[in-house]
Amino acid sequence: MNINEKNIKLWSSIGSRATFGLAVLELGKSIDNLMVLTSDVSTSAGLDRFKKAYPEKYLDVGIAEQNLIGIAAGLASENYNVITTTFAPFQVMRCCEQIKVNLGYMKNKVCMVGIASGLVLGNLGYTHCCIEDVGVLRSIPNLKIISPADTLETVKALEAVVKNKDSSVYIRLTGSSNNPAVYDHDYKFEIGKAIELVSGEHIVIFCCGTMVHHSLEVSKILRKNNINAKVVNMHTIKPIDKEAIKNAIEAKLIVSIEEHNVIGGLGSAVAEELSKLGYKNKHLTLGIQDEYSEGGDYKYLLDRHGLSIEKIINKILTTMEKL
Amino acid sequence: MSENLKKISISIRKNILLMAKSAGSSSAHIGGALSIADVMSVLVGEQMKLSSKKNGYSEDERDRIILSKGHGCLAYYAGLFEFGFLSKEDLVTFEKNGSELLGHPVRNKKKGIDFSTGSLGMGLSLGIGVALAAKKKNKSFSVYVILGDGECNEGSVWEAAMSAAHFKLDNVTIIIDNNNFQQTGSNEKIMSLGNIKSKWESFGWHTEQIDGNNIDEILSTFKKISEIKKPKAIIAKTIKGKGVSFIENNNVWHHSILTQKKYDEAINELNSFL
Repeated sequence: MNINEKNIKLWSSIGSRATFGLAVLELGKSIDNLMVLTSDVSTSAGLDRFKKAYPEKYLDVGIAEQNLIGIAAGLASENYNVITTTFAPFQVMRCCEQIKVNLGYMKNKVCMVGIASGLVLGNLGYTHCCIEDVGVLRSIPNLKIISPADTLETVKALEAVVKNKDSSVYIRLTGSSNNPAVYDHDYKFEIGKAIELVSGEHIVIFCCGTMVHHSLEVSKILRKNNINAKVVNMHTIKPIDKEAIKNAIEAKLIVSIEEHNVIGGLGSAVAEELSKLGYKNKHLTLGIQDEYSEGGDYKYLLDRHGLSIEKIINKILTTMEKL
Repeated sequence: MSENLKKISISIRKNILLMAKSAGSSSAHIGGALSIADVMSVLVGEQMKLSSKKNGYSEDERDRIILSKGHGCLAYYAGLFEFGFLSKEDLVTFEKNGSELLGHPVRNKKKGIDFSTGSLGMGLSLGIGVALAAKKKNKSFSVYVILGDGECNEGSVWEAAMSAAHFKLDNVTIIIDNNNFQQTGSNEKIMSLGNIKSKWESFGWHTEQIDGNNIDEILSTFKKISEIKKPKAIIAKTIKGKGVSFIENNNVWHHSILTQKKYDEAINELNSFL
């Protein structure tokens, strides 16, 4: 992909789904054995152009997600480089056992892209939101999980996965169109290697997906309050970057922020490591507090779950007062 | 040919019992393995192009088999033994600690096991992916998938069934082991299959209903349907536990312990067929 200022702006404006569509269109040019599978969501996943350009590399299995994963595994076992995509809850929750047996247990290597994860489809209700995918998938061996911070990172993650497929990977896409850019230029992306975006000695924020941008905004405001927050983009949730967590062990407060249930996601992964390291200070886990709330639009729901910039700041400040 | 295949089917049955006995108190799925022994005999002894030391089918030519009813693995392992993939020493490790031969098949290319199965309803989707790959790459191999009749309770079977016809996969043949029983009772009692033949037909499959314990009929059916340009379903009407009278149609033997005494009794009966 041509990574330049113009494209970064374009991808940011069209959001992660449409950017995914452009990225696979590019991959179709160079990867002969690429297969992109969907279950009747070509338009939603930005694949209409890919479908026309590479009909032989595209397969729609209909509204049958279990079959989607099974067929993907069969193609992968015959050495196809397979990407599956559909809405996150249908891909992950419905096919949990297909993913376990075909990808985890049997080690067929497939790249699953879960579109519209998190809360972005909140108007449609929680059938279409996905606050559980990371938690569910994290317990399946032989599977990596990436939650890109923005649309550029979506492109970079997809390229990294497809060009070096050493296991199955789940890429979790969050955010809407007008998805704020965390990165305004190219950078080094490595699966499993967290990226420190802002340095700071008072507190450490571990974040992923849309919450990376929020965390950057939060850190700016905290700085005005004389709190220097280190912000770490934990784009890979599994395998978690243990070194990045170890480096945070002296912080008096560690905050994890994710657009996901606080059970099972990034916060849990961070807490598991902190516990092994014997971390003695406070770990604040921000995210959806294990509930299906009333519905509403994206902005409304982020705020409802304490994930708006204002609510995150308030929570950090009140927590720090009590330290 | 069919005399030889009959001998193979008896050998498969004897090895099913040998493994079941070696498993001891951990029990084994015996009834549903014996029911597919004749189908397995025809598949490994005649129908399938297998790759092994005995012949030279390449990766592009060799047929693929998926035991979607993974609990029928004793027949599968016994079939792999007949074709030289497994040794007698391998067979008696069945379900032992650290064994490569568990109570459901685990992918193991060295031993000729291409796919892990065990959770019902998943094998056909996998087979469709493999068959699509063959079509796309113009490879000549066929894909055989063995399903259970009880397994057809699973909704995912029907997602796969619909798609095989949609994708016009004439390189897929399934054999449904229609032994009329599932884990805790008859199909009729637990979840009736209705007209299983017309169900598959209505999903766009060429469907044959045969005596699945009759080797001549199995052989001739495979020959008869080989040129048909549709996915093919053979509904093999079988007897659960076929070949050992105290096991036949007695669902206690779905998953049970085979003692030395019962083993000897069963082997004596099978020897009388030779």
